[in-house]
Amino acid sequence: MRALSTIHTALVAFMIIVTLPVAAQDAVPPAPYANVQLPDPAQEAKAEALMETLRCLKCQSQSIADSDASMAGDMRSQVRERIARGEDPEAIRAWLMERYGDYVSYAPRVSETTWPLFAVPLLLALVAGLVLLRRLRGRT
Amino acid sequence: MIAELGLVALWLAASLAALQLVTGALAQQVGGDELAVLTRPAAIVQGLLAAFAFLMLLVVFGQTDLSVKLVAMNSHSEKPLIFKLSGAFGNHEGSMLLWVTIMALAGAMIAAIEHRLPEKTMLATLAAQAFVGLGFYAFLLFSSNPFERLPTPALQGQGLNPLLQDIGLVFHPPTLYVGYVGLSVAFSFAVGALVTRQVTPDFARIMRPWVLGAWIFLTLGITAGSYWAYYELGWGGWWFWDPVENASLMPWLAATALLHSASVLAARDALRAWTIMLGVVAFSMSMVGTFLVRSGILTSVHAFAVDPERGTFILALLAINIGGALLLFALRAGTVAEGKRFSVLSREGALVFNNVMLSAVLGIVLLGTLYPLVTEAFNVRVSVGPPYFNPVSAIFVFPMLAVMAVGPLLRWRQDGMQRIGRPVLIVALVALLVLAGGWTFASIHLLPLLGLAFSAALAIAAFMPLRGRNLRLLPIATWGMVAAHFGIAVALFGMASESAFSKEKLAAIEAGGSADVGPWTVVLTDVVPTAGPNWTALEGQMLASYEGGPPIAIAPQSRNFWAPPQETTESALVTRWNGQLYAVVGRETAEGRWQLRLWWKPFVIFIWLGGALVALGGLLALIGRVLADLKRRTVKARAAERRAESAA
Amino acid sequence: MKRWTLWVPLTLFLGFCVLAGYQLTQPKDDFVVSRMIGKPLPDFDLHAASLDRPALASSYFHDGKPHLLNVFASWCIPCAAEAPQLEALRRRGADIAGIAIRDRPEDVADYLTRYGNPYSRIGSDDLSQVQLDIGSSGVPETFVIDGKGIIRYQHIGDIRPDDVPLMIGKLREAEQ
Repeated sequence: MRALSTIHTALVAFMIIVTLPVAAQDAVPPAPYANVQLPDPAQEAKAEALMETLRCLKCQSQSIADSDASMAGDMRSQVRERIARGEDPEAIRAWLMERYGDYVSYAPRVSETTWPLFAVPLLLALVAGLVLLRRLRGRT
Repeated sequence: MIAELGLVALWLAASLAALQLVTGALAQQVGGDELAVLTRPAAIVQGLLAAFAFLMLLVVFGQTDLSVKLVAMNSHSEKPLIFKLSGAFGNHEGSMLLWVTIMALAGAMIAAIEHRLPEKTMLATLAAQAFVGLGFYAFLLFSSNPFERLPTPALQGQGLNPLLQDIGLVFHPPTLYVGYVGLSVAFSFAVGALVTRQVTPDFARIMRPWVLGAWIFLTLGITAGSYWAYYELGWGGWWFWDPVENASLMPWLAATALLHSASVLAARDALRAWTIMLGVVAFSMSMVGTFLVRSGILTSVHAFAVDPERGTFILALLAINIGGALLLFALRAGTVAEGKRFSVLSREGALVFNNVMLSAVLGIVLLGTLYPLVTEAFNVRVSVGPPYFNPVSAIFVFPMLAVMAVGPLLRWRQDGMQRIGRPVLIVALVALLVLAGGWTFASIHLLPLLGLAFSAALAIAAFMPLRGRNLRLLPIATWGMVAAHFGIAVALFGMASESAFSKEKLAAIEAGGSADVGPWTVVLTDVVPTAGPNWTALEGQMLASYEGGPPIAIAPQSRNFWAPPQETTESALVTRWNGQLYAVVGRETAEGRWQLRLWWKPFVIFIWLGGALVALGGLLALIGRVLADLKRRTVKARAAERRAESAA
Repeated sequence: MKRWTLWVPLTLFLGFCVLAGYQLTQPKDDFVVSRMIGKPLPDFDLHAASLDRPALASSYFHDGKPHLLNVFASWCIPCAAEAPQLEALRRRGADIAGIAIRDRPEDVADYLTRYGNPYSRIGSDDLSQVQLDIGSSGVPETFVIDGKGIIRYQHIGDIRPDDVPLMIGKLREAEQ
């Protein structure tokens, strides 16, 4: 067991940190494309954009693009390899969502459980418009 | 002994808060003002006692008194003194004591110096402040006693999370706390004004410096926190829309709206109910944030001492304080007249627009943060992250920025298009030029492109209120506004540029090898072990040169702390005027190469420079307002003297 | 402003309180449940992770009998903790196939000598590919696979002694 896992603990608002559980991590070198970019910059950009929106399953709330966890590395490698094979980023996202549900994607899609996420902003825009009309119209 | 002194001071402070509440509340009744003379002194002594209790906590941490449970749990004798002291508020109990202390000191200050509002409103305000304070005293004394002793002293402390052993984080928590708690003053003023139905421009003028003060600290806190996450997490990200980050952003959004609506109320006696509402909402957001973060009901990258009992306590406080204030609002706000009217094309009109947009953004951040909790109640787990927050908030942010560019040019009450037509045209042209340029010459995504265009336009627009004015006679507060709005433009430019132009290089190289990222060439000369007071590290020694220029030595580290055991990455940064090189050394690969992560981030530093400028703008506005108040006071006092003289 | 609009903030706030209060009473579970339950086990063909057990391929699960599929690793502490329970399951007739995640043969061998070897076969998933494919998000996890190779149940985390009857029950269910 070479290294203790790095649990990256950012904290921006409050400083209440306890000693984090120290989990073990494996000694196997990272997957081929975990920390290696694709040679084609266009493909790498696609992979990068996708990785930033996939959730690291082992971490608290980080994308796989910003995690040291080895599983995140394996997921990065999968993403890059699939992109290199010409798969569409959204197909890769769908493949992961088929396995882990909506949780794995930071980009919520409209579904029967998530529609309020999209309806509420619309409603807000509507209410904002109405409030502004009422507040601002007819005032001289 | 010292811990016991602290505890006694805390109990005494709590009893004085009770006295302050009772006397202040009784004064609202007819004939209840006999005891009212006690309210102000009670507030002042309460503040001093709370500060004394906090000082005692600093002392036990400074001495590493391991018979105190909190010290044993969160400190360690082998730690630099500054981190021992910061450990005092780097935990739940200590930070709550800090919270209470700041709140009590703020209460003491208004009790000591503020005499402009009707005394009844002031007493109601102080009573409200005491009510909120009492809840937190109860929390500390009954469920989070920071001075609790261990039956037998610990042999050694468990240490402070190494990520927190950073100088930035010594100042970060108190900064944010001053911000959160400063909003409690606005809250108390709002409640006081509702109780006595005295929602006047004077009320807004008196509340404004407190909101400004809190807002300055929130701005600094968020800016510093973002920079800390950027260099400490080691992946070059500076904002993750993590629940805990959102918890600090939401009070800022509410306070920003409050600041502007209070200006309308102070200058034009309009937006009365709306300002009261925002006063309540701003502090609610501080408390909601505290609750979300400490109850552990949300999953965050930021780790917390999570305890459902604490969550229950905070939720109860939240329900009583905020629920009570909102109930009072619902019952009373209808009787508060709406105030003066104004036309669409006026300073007030622009401010109302931006207030509504800010509130909408606040609503979206709140929704996105809470939504995973809603679905979890139905056993569905979802994640809401940057792909949601960025575009959805942009729908409201960009219109707001557009109006923000124009608003300061408008006159109060009513203005004509012909007067501001030309500056608006210039600003719009700048934005369009950047848009067109970015569209044709660089393939930039829509949001960063809009960000670049708006930042350019806004940077120019920020200075337009200075046109045709005698700069020497310009009020300091106006300079503050210019600086803050320019700061927003600067920060926006940094964000857009980071997003549009960053270059990333991941490389596995041997000592002696090199890698290129953007205009930089980085040579890894060696990797050597090194040690600090409570850590050991592998240090990557590198030479970085910009476009073949002279090499600059940098040394990112991968650190291993032993108390508690944890690994952290210390990134190395090279800052130039046009961007930052960000280097991280990772693990050794099987072939004996070293994993390097390198980024070239053009103009990234503008994000935090902009934040600092916004805070500076706030500071100027605060100074300007306070000076103007003092002047007004002296003028009034002189007039009163003269009147007294002529009467005599 | 209409009177009723003044009640909107309070209503929203009470909604928040109800939600927050409800969530406080709920145990926080951070498990990410696999969506592959009820679906066929994806195809895979892993090389052997240890010298004394054969390799593992998905075809192994199509023999008409239910199996347990245990995802583990030698570097995982809870995995060692559940080893006695796996042994108990084996003694009660369960066939346990293992997938070692990101592991080296020597480490696996060492782990098996130390904590026992309840596995009939062990495949080595060096890049967590199979783990990702079956929707497992950590180690240890144990899946119940029926005789047709359909994933029937997922147990997340280590199997505690009182989980053993549950796992046996799930295996029985998978037999039908």
